[in-house]
Amino acid sequence: MKKRLWRIITGAVLFAASIIIEFYTDWFVIPLYLISYIVVGGDVLLRACRNIVKGKVFDENFLMAFATIGAMFIAEYPEAIAVMLFYQIGELFQDYAVDKSRKSISSLMDIRPDYANLKRGEEIRRVDPDEVRIGDIIIIKAGERVPLDGKVIEGRSMLDTSALTGESVPREIEPGSEVLSGCININGLISVEVTKEYDESTVSKILDLVENASSKKSRSERFITKFAAYYTPVVVITAVFLAIIPPLAFRGETFSEWIYRALSFLVVSCPCALVISVPLTFFGGIGGASRKGILVKGGNHMEALAKTEILVFDKTGTLTKGVFNVQKIQPEGITGEELLELVAYAESYSSHPISNSLRQAFGKDIDRSRISDVEEVLGHGVIATVDGKKVMAGNVKLMDMMNIDYNDTEHAGTIVHAAVDNKYAGYIVIADEVKEDSGQAIKDLRQANIKQIIMLTGDSEVAASKVAEELGIDKVYSELLPGDKVEKVEELLSRKSENGKLAFAGDGINDAPVLARADIGIAMGGLGSDAAIEAADVVIMTDEPSKIASAINISKMTIGIAWQNIVMAIGIKVVILALSAFGITGMWAAIFGDVGVTILAVLNSFRALDVKNL
Amino acid sequence: MKKKFIIEGLGCANCASKMEDAIKKLDGVKDATVNFITRKLVIEGEDDKMPEIIDKAAKIVKDIEPYTTLKKA
Repeated sequence: MKKRLWRIITGAVLFAASIIIEFYTDWFVIPLYLISYIVVGGDVLLRACRNIVKGKVFDENFLMAFATIGAMFIAEYPEAIAVMLFYQIGELFQDYAVDKSRKSISSLMDIRPDYANLKRGEEIRRVDPDEVRIGDIIIIKAGERVPLDGKVIEGRSMLDTSALTGESVPREIEPGSEVLSGCININGLISVEVTKEYDESTVSKILDLVENASSKKSRSERFITKFAAYYTPVVVITAVFLAIIPPLAFRGETFSEWIYRALSFLVVSCPCALVISVPLTFFGGIGGASRKGILVKGGNHMEALAKTEILVFDKTGTLTKGVFNVQKIQPEGITGEELLELVAYAESYSSHPISNSLRQAFGKDIDRSRISDVEEVLGHGVIATVDGKKVMAGNVKLMDMMNIDYNDTEHAGTIVHAAVDNKYAGYIVIADEVKEDSGQAIKDLRQANIKQIIMLTGDSEVAASKVAEELGIDKVYSELLPGDKVEKVEELLSRKSENGKLAFAGDGINDAPVLARADIGIAMGGLGSDAAIEAADVVIMTDEPSKIASAINISKMTIGIAWQNIVMAIGIKVVILALSAFGITGMWAAIFGDVGVTILAVLNSFRALDVKNL
Repeated sequence: MKKKFIIEGLGCANCASKMEDAIKKLDGVKDATVNFITRKLVIEGEDDKMPEIIDKAAKIVKDIEPYTTLKKA
């Protein structure tokens, strides 16, 4: 870069000197012009010759060399040199801009660990993460990046996962916790047993995904590549006609004038601005999104996201936490605490999620000696003797079976009725909770112009419609079996408009077939789940549904910038071509039509990196 | 088999797409991508033809942009 800059400066000084000398004398001016031309554009000439030898014309160097030499033949020396100079300065700027955007994109993805502290016996060595094997022990000090996925065997600390999730709240870790590569250990010293090799580690997977995302091209990208393939030859051929036909056809038109115009055409014919503008934009958008914990697996998926019309959510684990909690205790004849204690005891031998949440709500250790004669009635509930009392806990079927009068009630969630010594003792409601940001997620989606928001669930209708009402969801399909979900999505797919897309958001593990069937499959809670990353087109690393709206907004902005670049690049080029054909502008404007447009496109694509407020 | 390379000195986006097209057409290549931004070349090809493919790909890259070098990533 430095060397090029010096050459340009030297050339510019020489060029200025030649112009000044020309004022006083014609003598020695032409050789001086030639020298400054070679200083400025020597490398371009060299590369052009090389390509001609190899039979490759029509590249940038050839076009520039041809245009400037042509200008010298029609005795436009200062023009030729100025154009070459301007071109070189433009190229320098362009390289700088591209380099800068490469750097800012790669700093976005600067989550690659450089080394691992491998512990063998008492010795600790700093090694390449590649060399660490499964089962090895690594030491991670405060401030260091976790190099490989593993399990903590010693030490406590806080882990900053923001590089992977965009989540700023640190995660607490202790022996037994899983740690993922790419996170930063904030304070304590921890020993970790490695569970995955480097290539299979989270950080490698994420980087691979983001880098390879650009190979799945969007429609706008395919359009521009195709356009570029035709653009250059068409412009060059037009230039040839332009140079020959008007001087022959019209009296009074000179060859030198029309050749000059044709040469301007050649300068604008380079397709680089077109080819660079779109992928750079997408790369920025995908990189920016990954910084927020949203992985978009390709430009094509970004394009589809921006066109989302119907968003289908799975309920459990996506809009709700997927963790069951005691929501209500309604005792009869005994206190609420007694009811919870008796039911928790009666259910204490079961490992069902409902029993777990009951025990959790009870919160004390279970003294097994207080329970006897546990009898599980499949599909109904459980009967057990607790402290000498006969406790029955289960659904209405159990109450009917045992001829107990119960309070028939409707609640969203699972209701556990209980009876003590054949007398009804009340009920406990256990339900899943809506996630904190689900409401916001739906609002944001509406703002992003999603026409229909639909929820699918295997849960009961009561439970489903309560959640739907709370969140303001348009339509709910409940009591679905896993296979029914695919069918429902297919039905919805047939109902959307031709250009609109249907996105499905689920947890990625149970919903893999539905994720695959939808236009866009969005997996939630992808961090640490390979299955989810594999199955989906878009992976939300955290389990916040509000990130879906962010993903859609980022996609819309990225697509917008990409099209702006396309329209701008083609527009400016066409205008300059027209102006040069009529002789209104000269080669100077043509140079702007080449490198200037590229620089503008690169600068514009920078904007795609800024996704903070989306 | 998948092989990754870094094209050092890659400076022109149009050249990158020319390289990609040319390498894709090589015998035994299933897929090839040249990423202008990361400067990465990824070739997916048949195992036994891989050494030959790599040689030819290196030549294509040099032909299109003489001032580049192909490095193993």
